[in-house]
Amino acid sequence: MMTPRGYAGKFLDIDLTNEKITNTTFPEKDLEQYFGGRGLAAKILWDRIGEKWREVDPLGPDNLFIALGGPMTGIYPGGRICISGKSPVSNGTVGSTASTEFAHELRTAGYDGVIVSGRAEKPVYIMVTEEGGEIKDASHLWGTMGEETIKLLNKEVTRVLDSKKEIGLWKEPGMIYVGPAGENMVRNACVMTKLCHAAGYGGYGSLMGSKNLKAIVAKGRGALPEVYAPEAVKLLWKRAHEHLIANDSFRRQGTGYGGWSTATSYSSEPVRNWQDEWHDERSFGGPMFETRFWVKKKWSDFNCTTNCMKVACVKSGKWKGAITDNPDYELQAYCGANFGVFDPAENIHLSALIDNLGHSGIGGANTMGFAAELYQRGILTEEDLGFKLEWGDAEAFDKIARLIAYREGIGDVLAEGTYRAALKLTEMKGVDCMPYAIHVKGIEIGAHGTRSDADFLAHDIGYAVNVQGGDHTSIVRDGYHELSGAVFADSAVYCSFARTPQELIFDYAKAITGYPLTIESWRRENGPRIVTLQKAFLLLGGPDVIWEPIKDDDNPERFYAPLPTGPFKGRTTDRKLVERRRLAYFETLGWDDRGIPTKETLNRLDLGYLEKSMTGLR
Amino acid sequence: MTSIWIVRDYENCSGCRRCELACSFHHEGWMWPEASRVRVFMPFPGVEVPHLCAQCDDYPCVESCPVDALSVDADTTAVIVDRDACTSCGACYRACPGTVPFLHPADNKATICDLCGGDPECVKVCKEAGYNCLRLVHEGMSPNRKLFSRNPIEVAKDLAVKMFGEKGEEVI
Repeated sequence: MMTPRGYAGKFLDIDLTNEKITNTTFPEKDLEQYFGGRGLAAKILWDRIGEKWREVDPLGPDNLFIALGGPMTGIYPGGRICISGKSPVSNGTVGSTASTEFAHELRTAGYDGVIVSGRAEKPVYIMVTEEGGEIKDASHLWGTMGEETIKLLNKEVTRVLDSKKEIGLWKEPGMIYVGPAGENMVRNACVMTKLCHAAGYGGYGSLMGSKNLKAIVAKGRGALPEVYAPEAVKLLWKRAHEHLIANDSFRRQGTGYGGWSTATSYSSEPVRNWQDEWHDERSFGGPMFETRFWVKKKWSDFNCTTNCMKVACVKSGKWKGAITDNPDYELQAYCGANFGVFDPAENIHLSALIDNLGHSGIGGANTMGFAAELYQRGILTEEDLGFKLEWGDAEAFDKIARLIAYREGIGDVLAEGTYRAALKLTEMKGVDCMPYAIHVKGIEIGAHGTRSDADFLAHDIGYAVNVQGGDHTSIVRDGYHELSGAVFADSAVYCSFARTPQELIFDYAKAITGYPLTIESWRRENGPRIVTLQKAFLLLGGPDVIWEPIKDDDNPERFYAPLPTGPFKGRTTDRKLVERRRLAYFETLGWDDRGIPTKETLNRLDLGYLEKSMTGLR
Repeated sequence: MTSIWIVRDYENCSGCRRCELACSFHHEGWMWPEASRVRVFMPFPGVEVPHLCAQCDDYPCVESCPVDALSVDADTTAVIVDRDACTSCGACYRACPGTVPFLHPADNKATICDLCGGDPECVKVCKEAGYNCLRLVHEGMSPNRKLFSRNPIEVAKDLAVKMFGEKGEEVI
């Protein structure tokens, strides 16, 4: 069979329990229907563990850790990898993407993805080259923080490659890895890559940890996969970059100007665990980061000229030595305003620490803010924590980040992620902690609130009905438009910040794959197919959590309380509107009024294989 | 004619690696980062070093070739590889003070920047994006060129200190 265009042509299947490595392919129909990344991962999961989904412990050996590219990865600007598996936090699936050189290294090594099953007896890492996969001892890497992992692996892997074949100088490999938080199965931990790049949503760092898998490194020396219409792709590549290069303000500021401006302009930033969404701390403004801390003002990933990242470094004072990107808006918000921290150096330190530990800068920091609110309310005490956890105390947040990563003391409870920690603490303390848990279906919410309705991203049902819960990168609009946005980007696997017109993106996709694809056909067929399959996983859930239709298809309670301060004071999310639009969304996707996909829809989308498990839920 | 040279302002490198893609489009007809005559090394995230031939004044690689497969283009001063003659022995990259030449992933032949015959593609895309990390200058031979032919990991170690201060001493 001819390899479909845009694909390297094979996947690496690694069973860590039996140390068995094989090459796998998938039927062309699956590739055309599910593309790659988020979509294809969901299909692989259904085929392999779908029938027993409710029984599969996300942190047990039966779960799969999947890292996939897509047909556009590396060829379209902004190369990313998509991580998936049964999510340890939502018990459904997330297509969790991160920009990284790992993606094109994997593809140029001849692989579109890696599927890891089982569990290694002791810490290992996987090395992927054109010769295939190799399981290698990682006991010397276990416990290392991100910066150290990168340093050790770069040296070790280039030495190994050089000893196998002399070519002159070997360039460093691409890698995905976990920090201590992932190793210790902190449920919402990230899969890390580069320094501060993370596949954050879904908690797949803990999934890697559960498999004793410290890292996957890839080094490819081949060309990127062949495409259907190479001359067209060359032209589109130039056009796409012209669009990126023209986006001057985004290239200058990245999202690193958002920490002050999002709050002050849109009132949609988490402030002290979402007790507020407005602040006017000008000391926290973008130029304050830029002037004093940005040591590289244009930082890109492979094949991207958006360069939304800026390398930040604190070179003097108490937090000397902290290196991270901007921080980007999410971490400015979550490791800044959310902690009541408005000092750029403290924010850079906390962001760098949280990345180094392998925490999610959104999810993990959300849990830390949750803990601080419990402290504010006297539910958690100094005795519980071993220290005072006051808003704005960077040292205290430094301590709690470590406590959770190493599961020490109360950190062991908080390491279960915000939702599960709230359940446990409610039981332990005899006080309802759920009102302070800001999540949707176990996934802590991104740094974009719904109450002001002024944010460009998040509105009423954006999170409530999202099959990826609180994931702000995959916000729902209407069950139609977002399908050719995030759902497509996560399945073709490129960065949504490589912003070009949708028409250009779909022309690009057609020129790569040769599939008769249109925006319309994706919104009508592929997109709904992927989201409906994800919805089925989410409805099944288990074994520890099963979400209740409607009740759990909602915003956290706090998002219905009026904003306490700022220009949008008093405004809040409209509950009636949420109810109406939730129903309309279900209808658009062909799900019943409880959000369960109908038989007709399953048939129309060629998802007949889901019928048996959905019948039981209707 | 004044010879040309590619200036490298390392701090301006965003790490987008479009130079690698432009180079491989020109020389290989497709996107092929590891066949690119300019390769961007990143031994620590944020510290990117475009690694390419600096055209040393004494051309140790050309001198070292046992089969005379390397020669110097009289106009551009670029090193030209006769791929048919090359025996993949590795003498050139061993002689190079920066280990710049490498063996091509497909045919295993010595691969060195040829300055695209005078109009380097890497420079064009770098300029288009406003980085100007790689910049074309028209100037005569200089002994300083050879100092740019340096192991990229060593360059990165220096850059890390320049960027991160003391912390930079330990990251690579």
